[in-house]
Amino acid sequence: MNAVASTDTALTGVEAGLKERAKGSRSLRYFKQSVFFGVLRLSALIIALSLGGILAFIIFNGIGAVNWAFLTEFPRDSMTKGGIMPAILGTFYLTLGAILFSLPLGIMCSIYLSEYARYGRIVRIIRIGINNLAGVPSVVFGLFGLGVFVVFLQFGSCILSGSLTLGIMILPTIIGASEEALRAVPQTFREASLALGVSKWQTIFRIVLPNALPGILTGSILGIGRAAGETAPIMFTAAAFFTAKLPHSIFDEVMALPYHIYVLATAGTHIEQTRPIQYGTALVLVALVLSVDLVAILIRSYIRRKKRW
Amino acid sequence: MSRKLKEIIIKNIFFLTALVSVAVLGLIMVFIFREAVPIFRVVSVFDFLFGTQWYPTYKPPEFGILPLIFGSLIVTFFSTLIAVPIGVLSAIYISELARPWIKEIFKPVIELLAGIPSVVLGFFGLVIIAPWLQDTFDMPTGLNIINCSMMLALMAVPTIASISEDALYAVPREFKEASYALGATKAETIIRVVVPAAVSGISTAVILGMARAIGETMVVLMIGGGATAIPEGIFDSVRPMPASIAAEMGEAPFRGLHYHALFATGAVLFMLTLAFNLVADYISHRFRQVGSGTL
Amino acid sequence: MMSGTALSQGRVVIKGSTTVLPVAQAAAEALMKKDPQVQVSISGGGSGDGIKALIDRITDIATSSRDIKPEESALAKSHGVKPLAHKVAIDAIVPIVHPGNPVSNLSVEQLSLIYQGKIRNWNEVGGENRKIVMISRDTSSGTYESWQEKILHGAKVSPRSQLQVSSGAIVQLISRNRFAIGYIGIGYVNKSVKALKVNGIEATAENAQSGKYPVARPLFMFTDGQPGGPVASFIKFMLGREGQKIVAREGFVPIK
Repeated sequence: MNAVASTDTALTGVEAGLKERAKGSRSLRYFKQSVFFGVLRLSALIIALSLGGILAFIIFNGIGAVNWAFLTEFPRDSMTKGGIMPAILGTFYLTLGAILFSLPLGIMCSIYLSEYARYGRIVRIIRIGINNLAGVPSVVFGLFGLGVFVVFLQFGSCILSGSLTLGIMILPTIIGASEEALRAVPQTFREASLALGVSKWQTIFRIVLPNALPGILTGSILGIGRAAGETAPIMFTAAAFFTAKLPHSIFDEVMALPYHIYVLATAGTHIEQTRPIQYGTALVLVALVLSVDLVAILIRSYIRRKKRW
Repeated sequence: MSRKLKEIIIKNIFFLTALVSVAVLGLIMVFIFREAVPIFRVVSVFDFLFGTQWYPTYKPPEFGILPLIFGSLIVTFFSTLIAVPIGVLSAIYISELARPWIKEIFKPVIELLAGIPSVVLGFFGLVIIAPWLQDTFDMPTGLNIINCSMMLALMAVPTIASISEDALYAVPREFKEASYALGATKAETIIRVVVPAAVSGISTAVILGMARAIGETMVVLMIGGGATAIPEGIFDSVRPMPASIAAEMGEAPFRGLHYHALFATGAVLFMLTLAFNLVADYISHRFRQVGSGTL
Repeated sequence: MMSGTALSQGRVVIKGSTTVLPVAQAAAEALMKKDPQVQVSISGGGSGDGIKALIDRITDIATSSRDIKPEESALAKSHGVKPLAHKVAIDAIVPIVHPGNPVSNLSVEQLSLIYQGKIRNWNEVGGENRKIVMISRDTSSGTYESWQEKILHGAKVSPRSQLQVSSGAIVQLISRNRFAIGYIGIGYVNKSVKALKVNGIEATAENAQSGKYPVARPLFMFTDGQPGGPVASFIKFMLGREGQKIVAREGFVPIK
């Protein structure tokens, strides 16, 4: 712009300039938008392809090994033949134990945080505490479990130690998701209930909790999935490379699917030969965990559709 | 029993359970630090953190964990570099752009990705990615930082994406409507209004994703390669702290020097994740959006 | 309740060396077929893991590819545990490379310098012009300890060496990496890797037993004092004719 020009020319110049910028910039803005949206779509695609790729590889390589015998037999011949049934059962027991421990505790804790706690220092500390529990590395949980349950309380390496360790590990997941679910229930529900004279506890139990159920469920399922899939916490507290018989009691060691994969792939005696079994085990584990996740997702969307908020 | 008394009792029962949950964390902290402290009678804190020689079973043993810390930081850095764009952009996609039916499918996809057990990702990286990297790029080994970071990113992305998506979803509609009313395009609205409004939630998501990456054990154990030296390039092997702990804990004699050193490593790891969480907590409080009326 | 002590119902818990693992596993399977009352559960992790587990009383048998260290003995004593060594096999530690690697023989001196990180390129020992990728075991491994003692004579292994958790993992890596070198128990050598001669001597059963091969060592099973019950049965089986046949079959050297 020519600063020496007179005011009139300057003003028209400004007007013209603005119009020009507005016109050209319109298509420029929409072009930028298309690029941006393309990038967004690409990111989403990358995620989808990653999941798909991993699943494809595992299914493709593992499906050959999986058959009824694989799922119901013991391993034989130094694991190069036979099945993985004890590992499946072991994982099942460990996960069950973990959930039995952490679900009640977690839900109750989240109810406190969401419904009863006043925003103050103690609550803030509790919350920070739980968030940090979530961040503790799985191997540190394993150390803790080893020191406390296996050695100090002398449970030894067994289902009990493993379950407790896993339970502690997934506690924050359950608390976090449950609390979020409880908070998502509109305040108006509670207010309406209280206005009708219902006690606080009854309000929670009959109004808030049921409406928070999908979120709590989802959180629990993610917790289950994590417990079933984790290796480090059970490495020192429950898992054995090979057990001859199925566990009789909670004080027995067990095989477990994630540990089985790890051990066969890195510490086993015939790594290359057992590769098909490794893939098969990975397939079984992934199928188990993902189908459990899918069930939760379906339940959640079903309940969501029934809701009217 | 009067209703009021019942209510009080119930409230306190719940309070107790909350305390128990925190008590567990406190117990872990106490336990770890208690078992870690004895090592500092033998080596100073400075030498422990900044020493570059990790030879815990040597005679005389050396306990410098700088290479381990470095390993952790480097794989966290690279995996975050990969995971943040993918995670945040995907969150924006789901929350702002995707058509409802795509959203219905894609959100489960992310959750399923989160559900893949870490040992399976470690297995995948070990058996498929490592040989591929080695053959295609003629690397000395496929078990290195880049492989590790990629698989860690896969673990961090779902965390980042879902928490970011929640943050974006929580942005009040009035903000967007106001922006459209002023003539902004959808993209401009997203970039200049929605994302900044959600920035505290997104930052929290990123930090939690990083904390996830730094604490992950199986992936780094199986894919890191296990070299206890400070890496020279991204194709070198590393041994992040969790890998060292997991690999060596089984053999460290109970309450021996090595044992204490591993717990001290665990303490360092723990404090790092604590720091991440505190920062995330601070951010989410300082900058939180309390509804649309407080503009 | 100690799940470690196994005099209940014939349970035997075994932990320790990954080198001894295949032998222990095969023996366990054979023994369980003979005597279904005996239930064996086995884990690896390394010789150090096993001995520690024995001291902490969470295992009945500690398998180890090295002798017990004086510190461990002292610690055991303070815990009231008396580790008793049963020598069950002889092992040779073999350096291995990829089958495509032209090098066939290395001296103890060269191996030592390679693992200290002082020889860094294959062309310094007669190979191609490529960086040597060192693969080692981590410190819980008896194999590592033996290697360090017999080849490095106590010098430090370079921190750039990649630490793997088992001999099997090393085999897996070496079979895919043209420029890597590793060391494993002789029982793990298979067609996917190439065994090197050390000082010109090949690792064979005779050379290991006679002591000509410089990196031979005994493999142990430790128990807390004299074992009884199913644990004793297992040890007896291991030392008997059938057990030693299994040792040979797994590629190790029987003690006779």
